[in-house]
Amino acid sequence: MATKEYAGKTVNVSEDGYFTDASQWSREVAADMAKEVNLELTETHYKVLEFIRDKYNTGGSLTIRSIGKSGIASIKEFYKLFPGAPLKKATLLAGIPKPASCI
Amino acid sequence: MKKLVILGAGTGGTIMANKMRKTLDRSEWDITIIDQYKTHYYQPGFLFIPFGMYKKKDVIKPKADFIPMGVNFILSKIDKVDGENNKVILEDGVVINYDFLVVSTGVRIVPEETLGMKGNLWHKNVFDFYTIEGSIALGEFFKTWKGGELVLNIADNPIKCPVAPLEFVMFADAFFVERGLRDKVNITFVTPMSGAFTKPRASKVLGNLLKEKNINVIPDFYMEKVDNKGKKIVSYDEKEVPFDCLVTIPVHMGDPLIGRSNLGDDMDFVLTDKYTLQSTKFDNIFVLGDAANIPTSKAGSVVHFAAEVVYENLMCAIEGRPTTAKFDGHSNCYIETGFGKGALIDFNYDTEPLPGSFPFPGIGPFGLLKETRMNHYGKLLFRWIYWHVLLKGKEMPIPSEMYMAGKKLN
Ligand SMILES: Cc1cc2nc3c(=O)[nH]c(=O)nc-3n(C[C@H](O)[C@H](O)[C@H](O)COP(=O)(O)OP(=O)(O)OC[C@H]3O[C@@H](n4cnc5c(N)ncnc54)[C@H](O)[C@@H]3O)c2cc1C
Repeated sequence: MATKEYAGKTVNVSEDGYFTDASQWSREVAADMAKEVNLELTETHYKVLEFIRDKYNTGGSLTIRSIGKSGIASIKEFYKLFPGAPLKKATLLAGIPKPASCI
Repeated sequence: MKKLVILGAGTGGTIMANKMRKTLDRSEWDITIIDQYKTHYYQPGFLFIPFGMYKKKDVIKPKADFIPMGVNFILSKIDKVDGENNKVILEDGVVINYDFLVVSTGVRIVPEETLGMKGNLWHKNVFDFYTIEGSIALGEFFKTWKGGELVLNIADNPIKCPVAPLEFVMFADAFFVERGLRDKVNITFVTPMSGAFTKPRASKVLGNLLKEKNINVIPDFYMEKVDNKGKKIVSYDEKEVPFDCLVTIPVHMGDPLIGRSNLGDDMDFVLTDKYTLQSTKFDNIFVLGDAANIPTSKAGSVVHFAAEVVYENLMCAIEGRPTTAKFDGHSNCYIETGFGKGALIDFNYDTEPLPGSFPFPGIGPFGLLKETRMNHYGKLLFRWIYWHVLLKGKEMPIPSEMYMAGKKLN
């Protein structure tokens, strides 16, 4: 297993960069990770990340649509917040293990 | 009298009614199954209808034919479940009590979730083939179509039978070749995933197959709307794909009764323990089939394997023992690839589809993750097995747990 340094903390990550232990996450860690993908996190970004972490912790399934239904950001806004591959970027920054792909 | 109630008389509910009536003593247990419709549809057959290979009569039978003697069949829409008080409430207000409940209400397509999908082109140039109405309308359209841009699009995941869209485009390729129209039909497969399929090995094999058949793939396309006027689909990041004929797999959701009963997530899929197949909210509620939010395919083969786990665990619960069966997410799908050939994949929660042979290691007769004639016959045979073996809850010669024998790791 690989480790990475963010905001002065060591975190365990899988080969594709996902956290293997969600409890190693913090807002500061996320802010530092965001720099790698050229993002500056706003309060809305954090709300989305916390929504994703909450979904992960309660075992709910996570889709772009469920974020759109969260009341935090519409799907369109979600694409603007995390341009390119929004769900992938957001789940990485939320510090959760790689979500099981929908099958 | 104790009461077992089953919600939904589709694939899963029908299997459970048969299994449980055989086991539970008639003098002690009352079994009731409830569904809103009289007709049972063989849903995998919907894929064959647009190409004239099956007709409506090939995919329908009365539900009552498959519900065993000694099980009450109520024809009604279910309004909701009151899990705190072990009650089911029907649309007309009738209340039904239960000791144990099996929820097998499946999932449905919701075209209304996507802007413009149910616009003025719906079932004229925009079709689904996940309903009997959609697949028949598309069959009519194909009869006289002269060609153009044929676009298949998956609006979102999860969907039922995730290989069906791939089979559709491969069938379409063969169909238009046979009609001498293939040079006039451009086929494009548009998906929100980053490849043809969700699992890496299978995605590569299937992706190559599409390329060989000259089918374009547009990945990472998350659909926002159908533009009926401009005849194009548009993604949230403003990519556009023009169509003359759009075959869409709309967003899937569970039945609204799940939301009203407070048993599900924001897509009305039932919150389910992926190993025991119990509702995470109530121990006396079991969840079978597409309705569950578990991370495996929504497919009839999965329902069949899961039914054995639900059966065992339900018996444990009834007899007051801790549950002993653990579901592994086993899925086994025949994939039609056109021109009388097919492929087969076999996988579970932890193991992706691998090449090899099935069900007998080294012998087959079915080849895993490769195109053979035998696999195509397997799929055709599945319809017979479905009506005559599967629904009746009889034993099949395949264990519910996946095994590695016969699979090649590299
Ligand atoms: C085009 C297509 C191709 C497919 N191909 C394959 C394949 O090749 N192989 C394979 O294994 N699977 C395939 N499938 C999937 C397979 O058909 C389903 O996974 C399976 O039928 C699910 O069974 P189920 O019991 O969970 O739900 P269903 O069989 O859908 O049954 C649900 C039942 O619940 C009832 N219900 C729901 N809500 C209510 C309510 N509020 N009140 C009353 N009744 C209600 C419905 O009327 C329905 O009868 C395919 C599906 C489609 C659409």
